[in-house]
Amino acid sequence: MMMAKTFQLDRRRFLAGSGSAVLITSLPQMSHASEADLLRARTELFGDRTIQEGRVTVTLPPIAENGHSVPLTVAVDSPMTETDYVRQIVILSPRNPLPLIGQFHLTPRSGKALVSTRIRMSGTQAIQAIAEMNDGSLYSGSMETVVTLAACVVL
Amino acid sequence: MAAIRLAVPDTAQRGEVIEIKALIQHPMESGFRRGSRGEVIPRNIITRFECRYNGALVFASDFQPAIAANPILTFHTVATETGELEFKWTDQNGEAWSEIATITVT
Amino acid sequence: MKHVGLGLVLISMTACSRTEIAPETSIPQNELQSGYAFLTAETQALQDDAFENPGFLWVDRGERLFQSVASTEPSCLTCHENGLDGVAASFPKLDPETGELINLEGRINACRTRHQGLPPLAYESEDLLSLTAYIAHQSNGDPISVDVSGDAAPYYELGLDYFITRRGQFNLSCQQCHTENWGKQLRGDTISQGHGNGFPAYRLEWQSLGSLQRRLRDCDTGVRAEPLPYGDPTYVAVELFLAARAQGLEAESPAVRR
Repeated sequence: MMMAKTFQLDRRRFLAGSGSAVLITSLPQMSHASEADLLRARTELFGDRTIQEGRVTVTLPPIAENGHSVPLTVAVDSPMTETDYVRQIVILSPRNPLPLIGQFHLTPRSGKALVSTRIRMSGTQAIQAIAEMNDGSLYSGSMETVVTLAACVVL
Repeated sequence: MAAIRLAVPDTAQRGEVIEIKALIQHPMESGFRRGSRGEVIPRNIITRFECRYNGALVFASDFQPAIAANPILTFHTVATETGELEFKWTDQNGEAWSEIATITVT
Repeated sequence: MKHVGLGLVLISMTACSRTEIAPETSIPQNELQSGYAFLTAETQALQDDAFENPGFLWVDRGERLFQSVASTEPSCLTCHENGLDGVAASFPKLDPETGELINLEGRINACRTRHQGLPPLAYESEDLLSLTAYIAHQSNGDPISVDVSGDAAPYYELGLDYFITRRGQFNLSCQQCHTENWGKQLRGDTISQGHGNGFPAYRLEWQSLGSLQRRLRDCDTGVRAEPLPYGDPTYVAVELFLAARAQGLEAESPAVRR
């Protein structure tokens, strides 16, 4: 066919064509937790104890170009002394297949309530961190990250 | 043979809060993925990490499938005395890997 | 939008399998950019961090394998006691013993079978990835520099041919994305120039280190073409063409890619 000889992809056709084809073949078939699952996980962990917002800072990149490995840092405002320290930090997701991502257990010997790791995020969502202090009080913080979709998803 | 990387300062002053990094090679297979024939790839994850400083537990973590493959942790501890920091990862079947770093505290 | 997409599909179905694009597929030297340039700042930082870059798990392991002695046979270190500085940046190259083009993986396996009395390692096995990463890392910062003259020329032509040939249900050639449309957005990604200078690389998508051939297989699968088997001579020729196309770009294995 003659068109093949002179056919040059312009940007619009290129994006429309390849984008739509990729979307059709990459519909995810995963189960998602919901906000309700997150709340249920919170209840399982902490019962009906009050969780106050504050003292917990969650840091994630504004945009994650792949949800398989997103850098997460949690800092809790605490002196980390024998009498006043963070006992544990719980990381929760409202959108992953499981709401619980992980738990960090700290001690007065941690010196500083600052922990980093890399987590999986199945889509754009606000990750929540809850800190349990040695006196049993609970504080929370959260941050949302946009998880973008890759151009060529190979399933 | 899981490769392990540790970042622990060789020396520190007594009372100093030091940063520690620990990285281990592990797929952290979530159990939610499917293979090319549609079969579920079984879950295979590390579930527990512990750091002991001369035998005393100073930091621990419980992992769920949402901890990324080749998990890395950055945390802190107070340099109290010269000795050994032991890092231990245990998977869902009880298999464990550990590594030791030494620190001189002045 | 919809009818434009459909139009492309129709054109795709009827177009001939070879493009008539001139074989001038190279990107000007002053425009060459590693895949690194197309990553977010966070992913760049992960690559740059000599501790946190997960690719170094394989480099570390490769170093141990390189030094270890299997039974009575020589270890890699026995022959290469001064390391292999800059060597990986000149691969693929012709194997003087067979006259055939081999990549770094092929060269490692040739050493095993010829000098170590060991069976070849499978592509993407942890051991082959680790050895490849350890050796490739020793060329980090060196300019990619392959020889495509003489008996290597037909391999270059074969690789070039693969690069510019449309394939798969999408009927796309490598060239159409990575030479003609690099820098543009494709969903959440910015299309890179398609260089192999960071491989073996840790891809976030793989959650593992992987070879350049694994990447090529993903590209072929991405355009819905049947990927070639690992180690296929045509893929080795594509590796040579890609290296020639990236000539001068610095090697940066283990890179981190999306």
